[in-house]
Amino acid sequence: MHHLWLIPAFPLAGFLVNGIAGRKLPKALVNTFAIGSVLLSFLWVLKVLADLQPLEAAYTEHYFTWIRSGFVNVGFDFMVDRLTAVMLLVVTGIGLIIHIYSIGYMAHEHGYDRFFAFLNLFMFFMLVLVLAANYLVLFIGWEGVGLCSYLLIGFYYLKKSATDAGKKAFVVNRVGDLGFSLGMFLTLLTFGSLDFAAVFGKAQAEASALNPQTVTLICLLLLVGATGKSAQVPLYVWLPDAMEGPTPVSALIHAATMVTAGVYMVARSAPLYNLSPAAMEVVAIVGLITAVLSATIGMTQYDIKKVFAYSTVSQLGYMFLALGVGAYSAAVFHIMTHAFFKALLFLGAGSVIHALSGEQDLRMMGGLRSKIPVTFTVLLAAAVAIAGVPPFSGFHSKDAILLAAHAHAPWMFWVGVATAAMTAFYVFRAIFLCFFGTYRGDAHPHESPLVMTLPLGVLALLSLAGGYFNVPHYLAPLFGGEHAPHDETLVAASVAAGLAGIGVAWLFYVAAPGLPERLSQMLGGLYRLVYNKYYVDEIYDAVIVHPIRDGSRALLWGVVDARLVDGAVNGAGALARAAGAGLRQMQSGYIRRYAAWVVLGSVAIVAAAAFWGGMR
Amino acid sequence: MPDLTHLLAAQVPLSWYLILSVILFVIGAAGFLIRRNIITVFMCIELMLNAVNLSFLSFSHQLKNLDGHIYSFFVMVVAAAEAAVGLAIILTVFKNRATLEIDEVSSLKL
Repeated sequence: MHHLWLIPAFPLAGFLVNGIAGRKLPKALVNTFAIGSVLLSFLWVLKVLADLQPLEAAYTEHYFTWIRSGFVNVGFDFMVDRLTAVMLLVVTGIGLIIHIYSIGYMAHEHGYDRFFAFLNLFMFFMLVLVLAANYLVLFIGWEGVGLCSYLLIGFYYLKKSATDAGKKAFVVNRVGDLGFSLGMFLTLLTFGSLDFAAVFGKAQAEASALNPQTVTLICLLLLVGATGKSAQVPLYVWLPDAMEGPTPVSALIHAATMVTAGVYMVARSAPLYNLSPAAMEVVAIVGLITAVLSATIGMTQYDIKKVFAYSTVSQLGYMFLALGVGAYSAAVFHIMTHAFFKALLFLGAGSVIHALSGEQDLRMMGGLRSKIPVTFTVLLAAAVAIAGVPPFSGFHSKDAILLAAHAHAPWMFWVGVATAAMTAFYVFRAIFLCFFGTYRGDAHPHESPLVMTLPLGVLALLSLAGGYFNVPHYLAPLFGGEHAPHDETLVAASVAAGLAGIGVAWLFYVAAPGLPERLSQMLGGLYRLVYNKYYVDEIYDAVIVHPIRDGSRALLWGVVDARLVDGAVNGAGALARAAGAGLRQMQSGYIRRYAAWVVLGSVAIVAAAAFWGGMR
Repeated sequence: MPDLTHLLAAQVPLSWYLILSVILFVIGAAGFLIRRNIITVFMCIELMLNAVNLSFLSFSHQLKNLDGHIYSFFVMVVAAAEAAVGLAIILTVFKNRATLEIDEVSSLKL
């Protein structure tokens, strides 16, 4: 036994202490419990992984039988294999860094203990999700991180937009979770089990006996769940709004870890997807559409966090593209490098926002290069990483994805390259608008404290050098050899696209500042369409939200609730009262009258018994 | 001298005992419904109880089974307890209301 349960147990303990007693504890103690628990969890992960090396086969721990009914037998099991190992390191490592950063970022916020309690709870559920050895335990984590996401998006609960965004995230995720649940049920029916080992073993052993349509349906239903959690078309709309939460939350939950859960789940289900080329094609196309759509939106936004949010959606689209073309290890590789540079982008943005006392609009920034040089340096590191400039981390993972896409279908490669150019453009647009030119705001920028800049520095190192963790090689035993041929021209094309994006951003926002204005004027309608995010929110409102709300109000409330339900309840009450009004006439208070009733009753019973011959 | 119990059973049929029991019970019930003095009502209850006792004992004798005796002892014990409680209530009612008219005591109602 390696006591895997300790990994999530530490953050859970931190949550319980801070959640129950946090309000009465001094800040130093809250910090100790919150960060200490994640640190212990991280160290335990390191110890377990060191003990389990080289981890060629999955290691499973069974704790107890959770559900046993008929052919359904679900255990509460944790499992570690190489995929889990990568995810565990990313979640606890990045989680630890972001927890430390939060000390500085949240220092002046109301509800400090509540924030850390929720953050620890999130870590607990995320680790359960990653460690799960069957779909149902994974689902516990899946729902739990959704809950924490809701709680933390609505952290500033006095702000209506924040609570609305929380609700939106929750409701949109319900749609995805319905798909996931149905996928699980169908898996259970088809394979008679929810254990990964059993399901995948059976899928591989009896591949020819399975109905391919059933497998495709399972994969598509699981994909619906993944599109909800990982913000893919058509369920991506919640993620940009989720930026209402505090910035460390955006970095941890809505960039580095939770939103990659869908990618993780699909990668975990790789043996199923491998049986269904049709489902994989859908995954790839969903990913591509998402990547392109959100990258174009990201190019036009002015809220620095919104830019990075659309960037996250776009990068998640990349990961789905990788999954769809069968490059699972490239997808997981990109999860990791994306966790490094996107967490850094968000935390850096948080540092900028912190420096400007809450300003998030890029138009109110500018020229901050000299005022907050540390933040500028780390953000630049993240930007070159995400733009795919060699030899930094984003270059390695993005190239792995693009080469695999080219091997699958060349047009996917070229769309991916175009997206890479847009990625480089919007990230450097944000950098140039923020740090170059002259300062356009009226706050007094100040550099963040060491407790914030130190985590930024660590992340910057990881962003720059993280590409040399050879994740695809490490995961090869799990997903098989999937090495696309290394083609220098293709690599050069994607790098050139990234550099071109940077160059155009430089031209637009540093060299010729008036140019973007004129261009957006020239494009007119197209620009407004993109700037307003293709009106997707408005379309969803008109097509889905309003009909449901109006229908509920008129039919479900007006007729079903007010008439049927209330009518039945009130009717039952009125009936009881009328019966009581009749019966109370018997309560005269005269004992002899009661006695007369008793006598009459007895006579009636005896007479009835005699008449129907009931008594022997 | 012949066996008295055997003689009784031989000469008086069961139905006579039962008829006597019914007559006593009906007198008790009628008195309960008609008489208005609480003491009389109370005595009527005792009469009904003893009518039932009589039928128990008759059946017990007829069926050569002791269960009826046991029941009648129970009835006697309960009747004794009931007499004690009932008379205490009657005394209290009389002290408070200065009446033994049963229809005067009718305030326990909705």
